[in-house]
Amino acid sequence: MDTVMMARALFGTSMAFHIIFATLGVGLPMMIVFAEIMYHVKKDRDYVHLARRWTKASGILLGVGIPSGTIVGVMLSLLWPGFMKIVGQVIALPFQIEMWAFFFEALFMSIYLYAADRLPPVIRVISVIFVAIGASASAVMITDAHAFMNTPQGFKLTPSGEIVDVQPWVAVFNPSLWSTALHVLSTAYMTGAFAAASVAAYRLLKARSAPREAAYHRKGLFLALIFGGIMSAFTGLNGHATAQMLHHHIPEKLAAAEGLFVTQSHAPLAIFGKANPDTQMIEGGIELPGFLSLLAGNRFDTVVRGLNDFPRENWPPLYIHTLFNLMVFIGVFLLALAFLALLYRIWLKKSYPRWLLTVLVAAGPLSMLGIELGWIFSCTGRQPWTVYHVQKTSEAALQTSGIGTLFLMFISVYVFLLVVTSVVMYVYFKRHPIGDVLDKSDSAARTPAAEGEGAST
Amino acid sequence: MSDVTLAVAVLWVFLFTYSILGSIDFGAGFWSMLYGGKHNSKAGALANRYLSPTWEVTNVFLVLFVVALVGFFPHATHILGGALLVPVSLVLLLLLIRSTFMVYAYSVAKYGRLLNVVSGITGLLIPGLLVSVLPITLGGFVTLTDGVPELHMLELFTSTTEYAHLGFGLSTELFMSALFLADYSREAGDEETYLNYRRLAMIWGPVNLVMALLTVSTLSTHAPWIVEGFKRNGLWFGFSVLAFIAAYILLLIKREDGRRGYPRASVIAVVIQYGLASYAYFSAHMPYMVYPHLTFDEGITNPAMFRSLFIGYIVSSAILVPVFYMFWRLFLKDKRYLQPEKN
Ligand code: HDD
Ligand code: HEM
Ligand code: HEM
Repeated sequence: MDTVMMARALFGTSMAFHIIFATLGVGLPMMIVFAEIMYHVKKDRDYVHLARRWTKASGILLGVGIPSGTIVGVMLSLLWPGFMKIVGQVIALPFQIEMWAFFFEALFMSIYLYAADRLPPVIRVISVIFVAIGASASAVMITDAHAFMNTPQGFKLTPSGEIVDVQPWVAVFNPSLWSTALHVLSTAYMTGAFAAASVAAYRLLKARSAPREAAYHRKGLFLALIFGGIMSAFTGLNGHATAQMLHHHIPEKLAAAEGLFVTQSHAPLAIFGKANPDTQMIEGGIELPGFLSLLAGNRFDTVVRGLNDFPRENWPPLYIHTLFNLMVFIGVFLLALAFLALLYRIWLKKSYPRWLLTVLVAAGPLSMLGIELGWIFSCTGRQPWTVYHVQKTSEAALQTSGIGTLFLMFISVYVFLLVVTSVVMYVYFKRHPIGDVLDKSDSAARTPAAEGEGAST
Repeated sequence: MSDVTLAVAVLWVFLFTYSILGSIDFGAGFWSMLYGGKHNSKAGALANRYLSPTWEVTNVFLVLFVVALVGFFPHATHILGGALLVPVSLVLLLLLIRSTFMVYAYSVAKYGRLLNVVSGITGLLIPGLLVSVLPITLGGFVTLTDGVPELHMLELFTSTTEYAHLGFGLSTELFMSALFLADYSREAGDEETYLNYRRLAMIWGPVNLVMALLTVSTLSTHAPWIVEGFKRNGLWFGFSVLAFIAAYILLLIKREDGRRGYPRASVIAVVIQYGLASYAYFSAHMPYMVYPHLTFDEGITNPAMFRSLFIGYIVSSAILVPVFYMFWRLFLKDKRYLQPEKN
């Protein structure tokens, strides 16, 4: 492999690793906020335990999320000097603002974790709200840099390749910022919620003979399903907005995502199948006539541009069609799943059937898969450009050789850490079973003197 | 002041802050490992009590420095990326292992000791490796062929100056953290632990000074141009040594209440010492970022971006200072946090 390919592989893998922890770092604090608020509304201590256990899980994930983020941050500067030259001249602001969001998040996280028992309960809730705000703000900022790569503006390029007339804030408010940021946030929230739902569903399957524990897990599951369900619906809506953004600003990406070769009105929406450039057809998929036009412009007669309008060497890889389909499928599936589970609970007033719980266990991993697919779709679908129509990936990359060894080292460490993190999570929660916590808490509640508030222990 | 001067000043502030916080952070991790076993575990617990709420915040300073560097000096990324890819990647891998294992050690008591040892030792190496990036910027190890930078690893790792730098980073870390923890244990009212860390600081302080002198002496053959710069800034280095001597004396003085030393004043003197020395180092390094290939002037961004970034730093500092103050009160002052056993 040449240097550019190695750089792409190393960076893409590092991002795919970081995003697992980063997404949960955005999503879980939101769940903790809801649990804290529920406690203050309902005065039910189970919600405090939910908040604590989610906090513990976040703490463990943070131990990987922070250093892996540091890695991608530094690696971005090292592997893509060409790109960073543009970043430094045009779009340095979001990176800088992101740092302050990190400070905000880190400071309040410590306050929530280690000072909560010395502060009034209101401050505890406020500090975890600030954690959630800090994490979401940092996600929006890094997404802004990504949005700029898709829809760059705020500078001029001279024929000799120099950057002039820079307007930093115009670059920040580039046209895809809002749709992309909303989509990234809502998918991170839904992933945090479904991750919590998965754990609760798994525990419910196991806790049949322990009604007290089952009651606790049902509260967690219900909270997760409500929030996850709302966020999936929201994801569908702003995903649609993102697709329309592609239609307006990056038509060749939409064309490749849908395997559309010929520019046309009443363009069909292709579901699955494989785009074949020789026959200019989607092979083996289902076509919904007219629906791509509807998706892109809200009308059946919207003209959607096909790949043939663009020089072949600038086509994105055609397999992004599959990535896109899988992402959308996951979104629709999870929405339906959450809705169904809530239907059983709210309207039919029945407990969740076992088959449903079994399916719900898959919700968290599926949602995370959606995140991975979405990002790979978006980054790979931008190829061959790093900054759309401004800079090719080959111009952005480092030319120094010798990335291969580093690549192997990083991959091994990532795999190792994925395994160790799972083991640590498993061991910790196995050694601190919720049953014990609930027993202690319930008996403390019966002796009124012990009405402690803090998040200590 | 020119854009370049201001940008370098901001970078210097970040680098200076991180070198102090980072030294304390990694050093505290090492001491916590060393004393984490059976005996003397109060010293280990104290180091841990400092680390738990702060390591994340310290880490943000590292990232902040990188982001500010790229933001202010985008034209430098080309050479820096090529020259630093391998050494910095190694640091990153160690950092990843160190932080994760430190967090895991809290969660899995059974393997806590093993995890602690791994994170303590990897952490011990990081500051040394970070400092050893400096000789790369002093010239001789990087060549440009057709504009492609290449780092000569073999020459780097067989040169004496590299190892002198490594030793300097290591001793700085051990000195700084011991001194800081001495102050922290005094604040916690734990005189026994105080005396322990004070002893360590008194050992590592002179070692650190000797390492610094040794490092400079290796440079006279390796990078004479910067030694010239050091001579021009000789006065600042002189003041810096004076500050060190003051810090040392402050640890020795016997107080009226019978206790020994003024650790808080000593920490402040050492911070001043490093401030003066690093200021002198930066001035001597000017105008080169990577000798002789790149100057700061060549690296700087355009005026519009510079202005936005600079205003951004001012506004965000104003927002964050109160939060930092609250943080300091809660974790570095509050007796309820510092002395849990008494509550
Ligand atoms: C749980 C994860 C998840 C789910 C269920 C969905 N998405 Fe998504 N999608 C993402 C996670 C994601 C993402 C990881 O957040 C991406 C990657 C880059 C980005 O900006 O967001 C993304 C990107 C992304 C893009 C590309 C934007 C670009 O290239 O700049 C489009 C067009 C959509 N999404 C559309 C949808 C639609 C119509 C969905 C139907 C429900 C959908 N997504 C569900
Ligand atoms: C959209 C994708 C991303 C999201 C949602 C995201 C979000 C986050 C979050 C929430 C954290 C805090 C750690 C945690 O809570 O687990 C984090 C850490 C970090 N991320 Fe990412 N990130 C993304 C991509 C990136 C990229 C592309 C970079 C580099 C350019 C980056 C750089 C960092 C850094 C440097 C840290 C560590 C900060 C620290 O030291 O505290 N992230 N990220
Ligand atoms: C967080 C999840 C992300 C994942 C999983 C991801 C994945 C990838 C992958 C797989 C590539 C290689 C593309 C290819 O060569 O086919 C890539 C490239 C790249 N991505 Fe992303 N990415 C993510 C987020 C981001 C963000 C937020 C940014 C913006 C700061 C970013 C900046 C880049 C850059 C600069 C490249 C290299 C140039 C290029 O190939 O276009 N990535 N990423």
